[in-house]
Amino acid sequence: MAKTIDSNEIINDFATREYEHGFVTDIEMDIAPAGLSEEIVRFISEKKDEPEWLLEWRLRGYKAFLKDKLPEWQNFELPPMDFQGISYYAAPKNKKKYNSLDEVDPELLATFEKLGIPLNEQKVLAGVAVDAVFDSISVATTYKEKLKELGIIFCSIGEAVQEHPELVQKYLGSVVPHSDNIFAALNTAVFSDGSFVYIPKGVRCPMELSTYFRINTQGTGQFERTLIIADEGSYVSYLEGCTAPMRDENQLHAAVVELIALDNAEIKYSTVQNWYPGDKNGKGGIYNFVTKRGACRGVNSKISWTQVETGSAITWKYPSVILQGDNSTGEFYSVAVTGNKQIADTGTKMYHLGRNTKSRIISKGISAGYSNNSYRGLVHVGAKADNARNFTQCDSLLIGDKCGAHTFPYIETKNNTAMVEHEATTSKIGEDQIFYLNQRGIDSEKAVALIINGYAKEVLNQLPMEFAVEAQKLLSITLEGSVG
Amino acid sequence: MLSIKNLHAEIEEKKILKGISLDIKPGEVHAIMGPNGSGKSTLSSVLAGRENYTVTEGEVLFEGKDLLDMAPEVRAREGLFLAFQYPVEIPGVSNINFLRTALNEIREYRGLPALEAKEFLKLTKDRQKLVEFDTKLINRSLNEGFSGGEKKRNEILQLAMLEPKLSILDETDSGLDIDALRIVSNGVNKLRNEHNAFVIITHYQRLLEYIVPDYVHVLYNGRIVKSGTKELALELEEKGYDWLKESYSETESVK
Ligand SMILES: Nc1ncnc2c1ncn2[C@@H]1O[C@H](COP(=O)(O)OP(=O)(O)OP(=O)(O)O)[C@@H](O)[C@H]1O
Ligand SMILES: [Mg+2]
Repeated sequence: MAKTIDSNEIINDFATREYEHGFVTDIEMDIAPAGLSEEIVRFISEKKDEPEWLLEWRLRGYKAFLKDKLPEWQNFELPPMDFQGISYYAAPKNKKKYNSLDEVDPELLATFEKLGIPLNEQKVLAGVAVDAVFDSISVATTYKEKLKELGIIFCSIGEAVQEHPELVQKYLGSVVPHSDNIFAALNTAVFSDGSFVYIPKGVRCPMELSTYFRINTQGTGQFERTLIIADEGSYVSYLEGCTAPMRDENQLHAAVVELIALDNAEIKYSTVQNWYPGDKNGKGGIYNFVTKRGACRGVNSKISWTQVETGSAITWKYPSVILQGDNSTGEFYSVAVTGNKQIADTGTKMYHLGRNTKSRIISKGISAGYSNNSYRGLVHVGAKADNARNFTQCDSLLIGDKCGAHTFPYIETKNNTAMVEHEATTSKIGEDQIFYLNQRGIDSEKAVALIINGYAKEVLNQLPMEFAVEAQKLLSITLEGSVG
Repeated sequence: MLSIKNLHAEIEEKKILKGISLDIKPGEVHAIMGPNGSGKSTLSSVLAGRENYTVTEGEVLFEGKDLLDMAPEVRAREGLFLAFQYPVEIPGVSNINFLRTALNEIREYRGLPALEAKEFLKLTKDRQKLVEFDTKLINRSLNEGFSGGEKKRNEILQLAMLEPKLSILDETDSGLDIDALRIVSNGVNKLRNEHNAFVIITHYQRLLEYIVPDYVHVLYNGRIVKSGTKELALELEEKGYDWLKESYSETESVK
């Protein structure tokens, strides 16, 4: 398992220490009026004390956003978007503060309970003002010191702009340009938070880096921007955890993640996404429209995306890899679960540009209720990409007969030495399978959990252990009640 | 232990079981024989709680409790085990993980703590030996790609692990080679004791030479038309079912 002693230590520290100075992250000071305009973009940039080049880049993003139209190729009906109804600079409005856990939605607490999240942590996740919260600052310093010794930079993107402007300027927008798509353009114009990681040459990051550990995660907004650079011969595993369900009306979450792997470097990026999916009737929930892309710039470099998508009303994203360097490898492992009226249109794009580049795509869709789950994937092989190899396995599992599963594989090859393999299966959880497990003392809910965890095993195995356990629980919870 | 009284059951409005009565006491082995389609598997499915069947009449008591009122998993936890005629494949779920889940569910129901990994592995090894089960199969996905005989032997391994009170073996012998038949029978014989009971559904007298039954019943057209001791099985082997069918249709026409 990709787990180090160091990261364990920190988790333990993190989970056991308590903080005496009260809940201090009350950051609802600067709230811009709702709406998007050049003025707002300037306002954000000024608030963050940004250099001129960054402001200009934001403004270019804003102009691209104005010109862009909403896409029309997706396999679902895009709800109307009121971009002027959003406030683009604020402590997120949805983060209501409660005085005690009694005020928090009991359904949410029940979910925490099932996830086995400790009480204190529950309070933080639910946004309860408590006297005792984790001493995230001291934890942060412990691990920051360890990382610093190795020359690893791990901070918020805002901090990186101030402290390491040369790195940010060199790489920001180099994988996802400001005009890439309408949501990426919007993110460029208004992004306010996110993570920055730089791993120096030859360094193997000794612990899993996670947004979970970072200070200020509480204030993480809808438009995060994450930038990860793995310099030559380095390795990093990054975890993006959105395991806390957030209660919201339809809220747009338009993040951008850029990964850059130089010669012989490897980046492993894992996501467990569990944003609020809306209620049984499809009311509310997050629109998760995220642009994630990695560039294998160097020779022998490798980027691996692993995602477990269980939340959001609509998930719409295609973590992709541009395989520029010769002998580079891109991987995409995905489990997307949809229940009730959820929609997922997700997959990946692998652009083979360098020689002897390899990609592997394992996608497991699970649909229940009235949901709709689509896999959409592109394998592109450029003219110079001699001996490119791709293997795609794309499985759909249906629970019940009111849900839908669709696959849209696209293959473009401009080089006849390419070998592209695609396998797809669709299966149903059979009544006889459930009965078999029932007959051995296992109730139907557990039986389904067992079956889907078995089905998704190939992907879950890619996750670091703590995450895998959490993901397994999430899968079961998401599908609770979907079998009669 | 099990008391079936005048059980009637149908599927999709087709009457399959037409009044079955049967009493099974601890320590007993009952064999059920009968031609294809007579309702043997239906009877075991109804007892195990398969949903598609509707019980239209009669009652079943298991250790004094109303069996038909329990969910299938509760029947299993109460100690009813069905070795399926056609065990299903469940891809991705490892045999060992499945066994552990099942065992712990049943233990929990009986107020016992979950077995520690070490104890569990010890038990598995022990039971594996008892039924001479191939170690390679234990880590594979549940029944996935198992041969017909391997699936049947996996049923018996589960039986040995879960130690039910009442085990129904639905044609466990069909598909087993001669050696496997002996091994499985030996396993069952070792598991037999004065507290548990077995119902052996089979078409072949050969199995009953290994697992000697106390009673043999013939099921025909949804009814038990004859009961006897192990000699009845020999008689059936010799004469087939026709003589029973004839006498049965006589009684039918008298009605
Ligand atoms: N879903 C169904 N719809 C209609 N008829 C059914 C259904 N399931 C079973 N039957 C019928 O019920 C009858 C009894 O079947 P059952 O499987 O119990 O027989 P059996 O005694 O176990 O036979 P075998 O010795 O071949 O295993 C058969 O005639 C069968 O076709
Ligand atoms: Mg049968």
